[in-house]
Amino acid sequence: MLSIRNLHAEVEGVEILKGIDLEIKAGEVHAIMGPNGSGKSTLAKVLAGHPSYEVTEGEIIYNGEDLLEMEPDERARRGVFMAFQYPVEIPGVSNSMLMREAYNEVRKEHGLDPLDPLEFEDYVADKLKLLDMDVRFMDRNVNAGFSGGEKKRNEILQMAVLNPRLALLDETDSGLDIDALRIVSEGINKLASGENAVMLVTHYQRILNYITPDFVHVLVRGRIHRSGGKELALELEEHGYDWITADTEVNGEAGS
Amino acid sequence: MSDTQTIEKLVKQPYKYGFKTNIEYEHFPKGLNEDIVNLISDIKEEPAFVREFRLKAYRHWAKMKDPLWANIRYPRINYDDIQFYSAPRLKPQLNSLDEVDPEILDTYEKLGIPLSEQKMLAGVAVDAVFDSVSVATTFKEKLADAGVVFCSISEAIKKYPDLIKEYMGSVVPYTDNFYAAMNSAVFSDGSFCYVPKGVVSPMELSTYFRINNEESGQFERTLIIAEEDSYVSYLEGCTAPMFSRNQLHAAVVELVALDRAQIKYSTVQNWYSGDEKGVGGIFNFVTKRGLCKGHHSKISWTQVETGSAITWKYPSVIMKGDHSTGEFYSVAVTNDLMEADTGTKMIHLGKNTNSTIISKGIAAGKSQNSYRGLVRIGPKAEYSRNYSVCDSMLIGDRCGAHTFPYLEAKNNTSSVEHEATTSKIGEDQIFYLQQRGLDEENAVSLIINGFCKEVFKELPMEFAVEAVKLLGIKLEGSVG
Repeated sequence: MLSIRNLHAEVEGVEILKGIDLEIKAGEVHAIMGPNGSGKSTLAKVLAGHPSYEVTEGEIIYNGEDLLEMEPDERARRGVFMAFQYPVEIPGVSNSMLMREAYNEVRKEHGLDPLDPLEFEDYVADKLKLLDMDVRFMDRNVNAGFSGGEKKRNEILQMAVLNPRLALLDETDSGLDIDALRIVSEGINKLASGENAVMLVTHYQRILNYITPDFVHVLVRGRIHRSGGKELALELEEHGYDWITADTEVNGEAGS
Repeated sequence: MSDTQTIEKLVKQPYKYGFKTNIEYEHFPKGLNEDIVNLISDIKEEPAFVREFRLKAYRHWAKMKDPLWANIRYPRINYDDIQFYSAPRLKPQLNSLDEVDPEILDTYEKLGIPLSEQKMLAGVAVDAVFDSVSVATTFKEKLADAGVVFCSISEAIKKYPDLIKEYMGSVVPYTDNFYAAMNSAVFSDGSFCYVPKGVVSPMELSTYFRINNEESGQFERTLIIAEEDSYVSYLEGCTAPMFSRNQLHAAVVELVALDRAQIKYSTVQNWYSGDEKGVGGIFNFVTKRGLCKGHHSKISWTQVETGSAITWKYPSVIMKGDHSTGEFYSVAVTNDLMEADTGTKMIHLGKNTNSTIISKGIAAGKSQNSYRGLVRIGPKAEYSRNYSVCDSMLIGDRCGAHTFPYLEAKNNTSSVEHEATTSKIGEDQIFYLQQRGLDEENAVSLIINGFCKEVFKELPMEFAVEAVKLLGIKLEGSVG
């Protein structure tokens, strides 16, 4: 589904990603872990097409097509979804209005008729249940006055509504209390299928107690330094990121 | 609500009302003097008191100077070069639409305002003012059955001179300001509406103003009187062809609400605003004021200002009756080199009076957008309240938004609350919406509509849809 080769990207002239290679297949869950500033969020934003990030080298092939040639909205309509680390507020625009517009864009892409507000209300009812959210949530303005936890839940609600093929979850676990983390994780698990893939960006291991990754990649200073199965996350939890960085420095010296 | 496809289609269009209709005009000399004023009065066969009103206004105007205090910059207007009256050559008394010049009917069709009643929007009566004269008023009979008078002001002067004598100039005296004095001297036509005691107007009333003649100004005058316990909702729409020279528009609107009466006045103003280099466009100098004369009366102004090269406009409410209410809801959009200085005056005279001001300014391109508002609470207006919100949104970094609030409270039982914010459309907001599959234009349109929602919800449905479309067109390509 997604094939990243030798990806280099910079923001304001500073190189953040320094050669990423990653393969994600349908049905897989990949966890991207790493210390602060390692470039994990940048990777998610580059995949989504954030305008502040410039790709200087490498390629990203998504379902056989060049992802970098697509505008952010085109990527979204083709099934790339990002749950934001810091969802933005949009005053005066209700959640239901945004989600209906967004969902109808996806429907249009698939040659389907748009849903009117009443049809959409029915469609969204099940999704709300999935995340244990009240229907009144839909009438509130997008993220305006939401608590940190509500914002994150709202992101996953949008994911449920849009049913993406590739979900990029950028630190969705941060700012969630334990109950919210459980509900959000269960929601993500229910949405995962053999058809779609999830890339989960996280600093902490704890969300992986609820969502079992097929692969764990550790990003350090813009490069993937280690990849492994779910047990790699547990090792990290035990030893901390110093263990990996120390490890790489030793390797680095050994290689010189 | 924003309809993605409609907006997508519409944002691709330039100013689509910019065509000119080729019709014959009655010849009229340029400039302004007593002879001109008399000539207008002669053509319109007016009673002596109207002629006298015009002449007094002219003599007062001749002693006045252009007001220059607003935050707008434009070349001095040469009033000797303006034709103060312009009328399409047509028969003076129109008995049916068949007598209206087909070119004019065609113009309104093109503007989306069909005047033949079988094609009309159900429930909206239209008075069409073409350059200086009213060419058609629809649904007159149905309104007459309810007792509502809706006609051109020229007709009202002939048929209801007592009402005109009592109310014309009672809210905006000819001495009020430079443009009001000018209008009082040369006003050519406009709409008149009278809603008798206890009557709720069975339909929305609307006037559609069209400037067509390149060298003429438009000086219309509207008077709406709502008797005790009555209600009327009135809509006003405006367009003009694209010319490389500026046209002057100086209108006066007076509203009078008696005990427990309510008047709701909505405007969507889309005069031609000039090109992206600032050539051409309408100079819009308008005096609009409502008088809450009776107790528990209410006057509400809602305006969506998207056009004109220069806008100078402060729809105001004088709350004279106890427990009366004044409201002002405004969206003003400027782009390219447009300049707008708009706002309101809320004058509290009666006890327990209440006013609300919601102003949303959106500036794009190199435009300047100013809110100017006065809230005055008089010494006798005890227990009165005002609530004001003035929000500005900037698109790009070459435009300006300004707020000039003036507050005067002359008693200590009243309260005044003022909030103001300025924001920029953020790259992050646009990216967020794009990430949800909306293209950039659609994302911007959604953000803007959200910003203006409090005002749009005050508009009648048909107008709200129109306003959303207009904003999309106006701000096309201004982001990114």
